[in-house]
Amino acid sequence: MKPYSPPYIPASEITPKDTFENRRAFLQKAGFGVAAGTIALLNHPVRAAETAVKSPIIQPVGAGKKIAQYKKTAFGAEEKLTSYEDVTTYNNFYEFGTDKSDPAKNAKLFKTQPWAVSIEGEVKKPKIISLEDIIKLAPLEERIYRMRCVEGWSMVIPWLGIPLAKLIQWAEPTGNAKFIEFITLNDKQQMPGQNLPVLDWPYVEGLRMDEAMHSLTMLAVGLYGEQLPNQNGAPLRLVVPWKYGFKGAKSIVKIRFTEKMPRTSWMKAGPREYGFYANVNPNVDHPRWTQSSEKRIGAGLFAGRIKTQMFNGYAEQVGQMYAGLDLQKNF
Amino acid sequence: MLHFFKKTPNKQQIARVKVLVFLLCTIPMLRLIWLGFQEDLTANPIEFLERSTGFWALMILLATLTLTPIRIITGRAWPLQMRRMLGLWMFFYACCHVIIYVWLDFAFLWADIVKDIAKHPRILVGFAAFVLTIPLASTSNQAMMKRLGQHWKPLHQSVYVIAILSIVHFWWLVKIDIREPMFYAVVLAILLGIRIYYHFKLKHKIK
Repeated sequence: MKPYSPPYIPASEITPKDTFENRRAFLQKAGFGVAAGTIALLNHPVRAAETAVKSPIIQPVGAGKKIAQYKKTAFGAEEKLTSYEDVTTYNNFYEFGTDKSDPAKNAKLFKTQPWAVSIEGEVKKPKIISLEDIIKLAPLEERIYRMRCVEGWSMVIPWLGIPLAKLIQWAEPTGNAKFIEFITLNDKQQMPGQNLPVLDWPYVEGLRMDEAMHSLTMLAVGLYGEQLPNQNGAPLRLVVPWKYGFKGAKSIVKIRFTEKMPRTSWMKAGPREYGFYANVNPNVDHPRWTQSSEKRIGAGLFAGRIKTQMFNGYAEQVGQMYAGLDLQKNF
Repeated sequence: MLHFFKKTPNKQQIARVKVLVFLLCTIPMLRLIWLGFQEDLTANPIEFLERSTGFWALMILLATLTLTPIRIITGRAWPLQMRRMLGLWMFFYACCHVIIYVWLDFAFLWADIVKDIAKHPRILVGFAAFVLTIPLASTSNQAMMKRLGQHWKPLHQSVYVIAILSIVHFWWLVKIDIREPMFYAVVLAILLGIRIYYHFKLKHKIK
């Protein structure tokens, strides 16, 4: 009945900061190496193909595996990253328990291989696509995004993934597709949290078509240069940086195109508290949490709060999508 | 140990129990200080401190409220001598809880704090519970008991309201998994239920 037993991490498991930074430097160097290699290989297409087969970008089995090849982007370059430890031990992922330290403990044995996503609903024809094929739809890129939780805290996370738009184009939605539903795996055996009726399982999230097609919207397969740790939504999750964190459906197995606005799990659980849009908005308060300011994870005990920005600071990119929409009502 | 409970302890033994209870009540605080030095207060240390101090304030409050049922059921009144100390420890953790909220969580931004209290029912009930503890803590000494005379007891019965508000404050905090606050609500209901049951039973007998 202890509400907040802190996760026990033996000192031996904590990566010293300089080792960690060396690893980052190494990865960056390795990245340049790969780039150089790619250029060299362009002259030898046959050898390039061979190499590609021999060293798949994502290695099989389990999380924690490094992703060898991805391009860096300018997104969030000015932000100070939240530590890997905080990003991977403080998670809301109710499928693995409602305490923030639960997912890291309970998702250890979660099986993410093989993985496929079923494309359904308003599409030319329903299809299934494997994770391996999804990451071939576009070059993997690293984007540093702010992540604002509805509970009033935030992180800065270097995600790895592809724009969701690439998968949508591949899925070939029909003209009737106005919304997209993202559905998480439903597997009580592997996800002990689903034995509790806290949410209407499986977890359902949704986006309007233009939001889903927006260039900021990402399908993430990794963070910090690694495959997604299980507790962060392995092997495939949604990242929508201008919306509250709960919009980012994790461990996605189904993507359904619909004509009507989906009813998401949180909308069903608390219609007064959680709306479909869930855009980060300092001017729309939540019945429980102050939304005008936030605590940045890792800032320390005496750092105070920072002002929450409209659309989590992405207003310039996404604001026009909501022109004319009453954001007080459509929260 | 059983022997100890069967017999009414003498003054010296009671003094020892008091020391023991006092030391037990320091453990949650010492643990937080220890974890603080280990930098082991989770990824969200402020929230962790807030919840931990709030949790222990509630636990000690519930402990305080078990003393009367113990007397009613077992007829042993001596544990009631722990009541003032427990009440004051509850007040101590409640103060820590509020100080952390005002200082670490909101950095003394009074305008934001007022808004937070006014706009969010969960904060409002918690704040109300805290305000109600202040007169209880300040009238807990012998002198004030004497001065207040017959008014002292009804004043201190507001602890029941404080307990209910605290549980509501906890209940409204959790997003959806209400098992834990529900558990404490049941405990409180039993503790208050025993009082109500015996109160009416006694009245009946007197008639």
